[in-house]
Amino acid sequence: MKMKLFGAAMAAVMAAGPALADLKIVDTSYRTGPYAANGIPFSDGYQDYFTLLNERDGGIGGEMVNLVECETGYNTEKGVECYEATKGDDSLVYQPLSTGITYQLIPKATADGIPLHTMGYGRTSAKNGKVFEWVFNYPANYWDGASHAITHILNENNGDISGKTIALVYHNSAYGKEPIRTLEELSKKHGFNLTLLPVDHPGQEQKSQWLQIRREQPDNVIMWGWGVMNQVAIQEAVNIRYPMENFIGIWWSGSENDVKAAGDRANGYKALTFHNLGSDYPIYADIQKYVVDAGKAAGAGDQVGTVLYNRGMYAAMLAAEAIKTAQEIHGTSAITPAMMRDGMENLSMTEEKMAALGLPNFGPEFDVSCENHGGNGFGAVSQWNAEAGEFVLITDYYQSDQEVIQALVAEDSQAFAAENGIEMRCQ
Amino acid sequence: MPEQFIWGLEVLLNGLMAGVLYALVALGFVLIYKASGIFNFAQGVMALFAALTLVGIMDGQVPFAHLINSIFGTEIHHFGWHVPAFLAILLTMVVMVALAWAVNKFVFKHLVNQEPIILFMATIGLAYFLEGFGDIMWGSDIKKLDVGLPQGINGVIDEATYQILGYGFFIDNLDLFATAIAAALVFTLIVFAQYTKQGRAMRAVADDHQAALSVGISLNFIWVMVWSLAGFVALVAGIMWGTKSGVQFSLSLIALKALPVLMLGGFTSIPGAIVGGLLIGMGEKLFEFAIGSAIGGATENWFAYVLALLFLVFRPQGLFGEKIIERV
Repeated sequence: MKMKLFGAAMAAVMAAGPALADLKIVDTSYRTGPYAANGIPFSDGYQDYFTLLNERDGGIGGEMVNLVECETGYNTEKGVECYEATKGDDSLVYQPLSTGITYQLIPKATADGIPLHTMGYGRTSAKNGKVFEWVFNYPANYWDGASHAITHILNENNGDISGKTIALVYHNSAYGKEPIRTLEELSKKHGFNLTLLPVDHPGQEQKSQWLQIRREQPDNVIMWGWGVMNQVAIQEAVNIRYPMENFIGIWWSGSENDVKAAGDRANGYKALTFHNLGSDYPIYADIQKYVVDAGKAAGAGDQVGTVLYNRGMYAAMLAAEAIKTAQEIHGTSAITPAMMRDGMENLSMTEEKMAALGLPNFGPEFDVSCENHGGNGFGAVSQWNAEAGEFVLITDYYQSDQEVIQALVAEDSQAFAAENGIEMRCQ
Repeated sequence: MPEQFIWGLEVLLNGLMAGVLYALVALGFVLIYKASGIFNFAQGVMALFAALTLVGIMDGQVPFAHLINSIFGTEIHHFGWHVPAFLAILLTMVVMVALAWAVNKFVFKHLVNQEPIILFMATIGLAYFLEGFGDIMWGSDIKKLDVGLPQGINGVIDEATYQILGYGFFIDNLDLFATAIAAALVFTLIVFAQYTKQGRAMRAVADDHQAALSVGISLNFIWVMVWSLAGFVALVAGIMWGTKSGVQFSLSLIALKALPVLMLGGFTSIPGAIVGGLLIGMGEKLFEFAIGSAIGGATENWFAYVLALLFLVFRPQGLFGEKIIERV
């Protein structure tokens, strides 16, 4: 009798549990809390892409993708809890979507043998694959972003910015401080003066910083903000009548959410990006047909085509391409996290590949290798068109200053290796 | 006149204006604490909820649309109308009064005579509930709030100071408006408390619950009224802050700006909230201007608390708080 009961209970548990698929992808999202407005579109894009592959193609290489969502609330402790709770059953890759969570997960994921993809955030020197075996940050990192901003300003000034003043308004956290070292090196190289203006979390009150900008009139302002800090900074820039075309934000300060509060007066504000914008791509017709219209969208379907939705979708696309690469390398469709790492390390994104996926010219071409986990450091500049209500790409993709960036990456990653007794790979 | 002095003067004025915005949040705390002895942890979330409701009503958003759509498979999001700001503010006030009634009916009525810490914990629960409820009701996207308040540099002050000092001061029109609103609000609240029957009843309850009950004052009515007033103050604060940054969930964090104001001004004084706000705003901005850059900047958050702590050392009840008398 007991055995029968046990058997029935087990059957019930198995029937009630999630379907066990071979490709487990965890989406550590944040749909609640102060940053939910940014977390929702990214997560929607990330999930919708995998749903599309399941619905249209029957998964990847014949294996269905098992999507597991875990809410972090953009909270580091909850992010770590999510990782610990979901890492079993061969979770293939984590996209923590938070620099704080990333720093906590680097040692854990390294010990567990699970790859992390920190796309455009996290620890910049993780680009050095010789040191960070399990961490990838392609196609671009924060230091690339700092260089992209300076290159753009250089291009607008005929290659000469000596004597000019550039102010960095940044979130006073590890994330916000990331570009400082790069900008200091670039200021030595190009002869501009760098003014640092930290803003305390969460950034609702920035009067002091913008009064200083009004007094000192820097030629350009670069922003490293997140959440409410972005909206307030753009509003304050509008209030002091700072020329918006001289104001440029990192890619995490460049979504529709950031300019909405300032309205039409935010017109001309610029932001960096490492992927294309809008929804004028063949893949969107498929997303509409197989995901949104079929009622399988992760969210309400109202975020499709926004900057952060595109970024989430791009992250999922890169993960899916890495899975395909891993399947090819190992000759099996049911891959493990270690195989996934191999797929990521051998990923090659070409224009031909993106066009075939229905995303022509959607991102820069790049290659990942054992030594280089960060791609080629290409990015572009977008600009807010208030009338059309969209960010528009205004430059081609261009490469960051590799001379400066590579030296910084080598220095930081080697220091990390020495501290942690890590033996260099890829010899 | 030396440049630094003129700039310092501009910073001081802007600090005072910022202080008014802090005081608007602090006022809500004071009202509830004064009448019921409850430190309302949910005051920041109430400002968020009020602002969300206001934008939702103005934009004709269907409340609980996501929930309704996911249950019934419908695709409704908007009613298709736009409500004028003034009417929307009135309707939002109705919602805030209903919230005040519900909070008392379902939470605090059951906690009468409990320890202050229990009541405080209940407001923490209320804060989290209200945040989630607001999310389900109105969604978590960032909403632009435009009730017609002026924003941007005040041209008259800019021009006048330029003529006199050779440097045009930046004063935000929104801050000027907030100052006027705060002054009117404090005046109205003081008149209400001193000269109306309900106001006097509120003060009686604040002084001694049981004595107030013994003369026939309804504790329930007073508490609903006070929570409604705090809801109104939260709405005003939500409008001011939401106009600056858009209505979004980090709006609830403005409560952090009110805490040093309360420590300095006292938890039981309406004028104290205003004076405390002005001192904190002015102090943090001047410190950042004069010393901030020498020590790495971003001093405002912690300096506000240091300033409040300094006052606490000499006057634990705050500048305007009721003097603590312990009889043995």
